[in-house]
Amino acid sequence: MKNKAMGLLMLALLPWLGACSSPGQVHAWEKGKLAKPGMAFDGDPLDLRFVQHIYTSKENSSGGQGVGGGGCGCN
Amino acid sequence: MKLFFARGAVLVLATLLGLSAWAVEVGETAPEFDLSGRLAAVKLSDYKGKTVYLDFWASWCGPCKQSFPWMNEMQARYGAKGLRVVGVNVDQKTDAANAFLRSHPANFELLFDPTGKTPKSYAIKAMPTSVLIGPDGTVLHVHSGFKDDERAMLEQQIKQALRL
Repeated sequence: MKNKAMGLLMLALLPWLGACSSPGQVHAWEKGKLAKPGMAFDGDPLDLRFVQHIYTSKENSSGGQGVGGGGCGCN
Repeated sequence: MKLFFARGAVLVLATLLGLSAWAVEVGETAPEFDLSGRLAAVKLSDYKGKTVYLDFWASWCGPCKQSFPWMNEMQARYGAKGLRVVGVNVDQKTDAANAFLRSHPANFELLFDPTGKTPKSYAIKAMPTSVLIGPDGTVLHVHSGFKDDERAMLEQQIKQALRL
């Protein structure tokens, strides 16, 4: 009985999975809002460089951020 | 059961093929459009007998800014030889397009498609995309993006289309 109720509950919740689906493709001509500077992952390029420098110095390694380096922590 | 899987496979294949085939390709007839311009409505068939450089652009697109002076230059240089540069704006708000045009004036035909119907029918994948259309309405060349070092190649395509 309990199993059956559980099964029914699962079945009832199944449509919720639809919420995980993609809202559809964003076409090339619909990317106006995505093109705004505020939508970029890295806002200020100078700030980003600074943060990366501190990070690699702290971690005692360099590289892995698109910059070549041997991991000696000297640059 | 076998039939079920066979049908499923056909459906999946058809979907995949449908997606890849859905694009304007060289040699095809360019899809017709009917859009509002700066003065009146314009159809693609209005340009029959002219070579059309159809450019899809948006106010938020960086390379589009660089392409405008070049397109002005092309229209000025080859207009008398039968070239018509036509810019299709795809901004949802025409105000944004007008603001762009104040700082980047266009001396060529401008059309506005806030609904995105035309870029959809041309299956535009990137901004800007240009489609070179011959006098008989067939697609001669499709190009995505606009970089400085592509100017010469694009001009060569235009010259070839005009048989210069």
